[in-house]
Amino acid sequence: MPFIPHTEEDVNRMLSSIGVDSIESLFDEIPEDLKCGDLDAIPAGMSEMEITVLMHQRAAADGQPDCFIGAGAYDHHIPAAVWELATRGEFYTAYTPYQAEASQGTLQLLYEYQSMMTALTGMDVSNASLYDGASAAAESILMAVRANRKSKSRRVLLPRSLHPAYRKTVQTIVQHQKIDLIELPFDTTSGKTDLDALDNYSGDDITALVIPQPNFFGALEDVDALTNWAMSNGAISIAVVNPLALSILKPPGEWGDEGVDICCGEGQPLGIPLSSGGPYLGFMCCRQQHVRQMPGRIIGATEDLDGKRGYSLTLQAREQHIRRSKATSNICTNQGLMVTAATIYMALLGGEGMAHTAAAAHANTGKLVEKLCSIDGVDTLFSSPVFHERVLKINASPKNVLRSLAAHNLLGGYDLGAEYPELGDAILVCATEKRTEQQIESFRDKLDRIMNRQAKCPVTPKFDQP
Amino acid sequence: MSNTPDGLKYAKTHEWIKDNGDGTVTVGISDHAQELLGDLVFVELPEAGSDIAAGDEIAVVESVKAASDIYSPLSGKILGINEVLNDAPESINDSPYEDGWLFTLKITDKSELDALMDADAYTKHAQDEEH
Repeated sequence: MPFIPHTEEDVNRMLSSIGVDSIESLFDEIPEDLKCGDLDAIPAGMSEMEITVLMHQRAAADGQPDCFIGAGAYDHHIPAAVWELATRGEFYTAYTPYQAEASQGTLQLLYEYQSMMTALTGMDVSNASLYDGASAAAESILMAVRANRKSKSRRVLLPRSLHPAYRKTVQTIVQHQKIDLIELPFDTTSGKTDLDALDNYSGDDITALVIPQPNFFGALEDVDALTNWAMSNGAISIAVVNPLALSILKPPGEWGDEGVDICCGEGQPLGIPLSSGGPYLGFMCCRQQHVRQMPGRIIGATEDLDGKRGYSLTLQAREQHIRRSKATSNICTNQGLMVTAATIYMALLGGEGMAHTAAAAHANTGKLVEKLCSIDGVDTLFSSPVFHERVLKINASPKNVLRSLAAHNLLGGYDLGAEYPELGDAILVCATEKRTEQQIESFRDKLDRIMNRQAKCPVTPKFDQP
Repeated sequence: MSNTPDGLKYAKTHEWIKDNGDGTVTVGISDHAQELLGDLVFVELPEAGSDIAAGDEIAVVESVKAASDIYSPLSGKILGINEVLNDAPESINDSPYEDGWLFTLKITDKSELDALMDADAYTKHAQDEEH
């Protein structure tokens, strides 16, 4: 069946039947200045041969650098079976098929994904995924405002230690919803959210508190204290977590005395390649009592007329195809294909395999930090325990150092200067389970040489001059 | 044909209103409305004590087909809500005018009550809507 089944003749017949000259005239009510006109930035089509050449060039430009950058997207090993299976014809679609009668395999997979996510997070319910981690955080805040009917303030505490891109996305999505985002500072010694600063809001009407774990600096937050603070102050607690870390850390469903209300995050570490930043996968879980406020789709298990187990979309009565502008969300895109890969990844590794992977990444980062800190002018900045990332203070310009390392085919970390100028010259480094002893050793040697050279260089490099 | 008892008032948005004679009213949805919605699976009720204006969206009833807003037919303060519906939303299907009531309201403007439809007018309104 052709994707667009109307021939020009069909279209003309329909237009004449309703007495309209052209399809464009059906959109007359949209003011001219809101129409985008021609899309000039989109180039003309290319032949297959041309596009192959272009793609080879692009791939070569990426190179195969040793990657020591994390900062929200992580270079983990992906077993070959994951994408071999995920791209089979039976699964290979970017969207959730709605028809239960035609899609039992996909629906079962989504159901299993939800089951795995609730097991990993310790929460009651999972939806079938959202767009990415940042938009999942924004959706969680909107959900918290809907769910917390006791609170009238619409004030949400957002730690500065939350991923900067997540904070910007949250700002973008909630800014026109009369929600007041209040930044919570981090403690400059530990790198964790400052509990004293939080206490300033005790007794105030706060709608929700966001709790990153680990936070952007890799540091492990005092999640029990934060969760309990939210509970005793009538705020909804929202955990923003790395799902792989949960295989070795306490799940959000067990934080504090009663667990968090909502848990969300980025699913990329679960078998999704870095691929220049996307497509990734947002996940969201919550307590049973909040399920009606949860955006997105949930797949449920049921029985058919013959008593056989079957799966179907459930709890979709509040979605946009039914509720239009009053839907719980109008951006609850389901990342079906990414969910397929993540589910296969989790099933292949199992809880034990994931815990091994997480522990290996933690250990590798420990080794990396130890090696790098043996260099003069390199030291850790924060004291808290970390998962698999840590902030290093370097006695040199991070921009120059990282550029020199990149010239040696090594991505040496994330420069924190632009987002956290208060930290001075600092980079965020990460070594996943993929990094070998040899790569770590080579990073140390290169950084040592570069730092030495820069320290001895009497001339300020040209690009550093004001 | 749906049941539309005399003695109650009705709103165009399919709520029924019972005047309790002491400045308070009880509000629910009509038999006709529950038939259109189908089996109800969840009811989100307003909070007792909140002040509301006529026409405010104050509750949501969710059926297997759709989630629909309930509008307050009158202005006033919510006195009580039917907690039974949290566990048994199907009470609205089984008994829309008795067990399935939604909330009670202390009204602030009695003239709003007089402006609502009686059973005959509502029956006609519901028929007109279907055609």
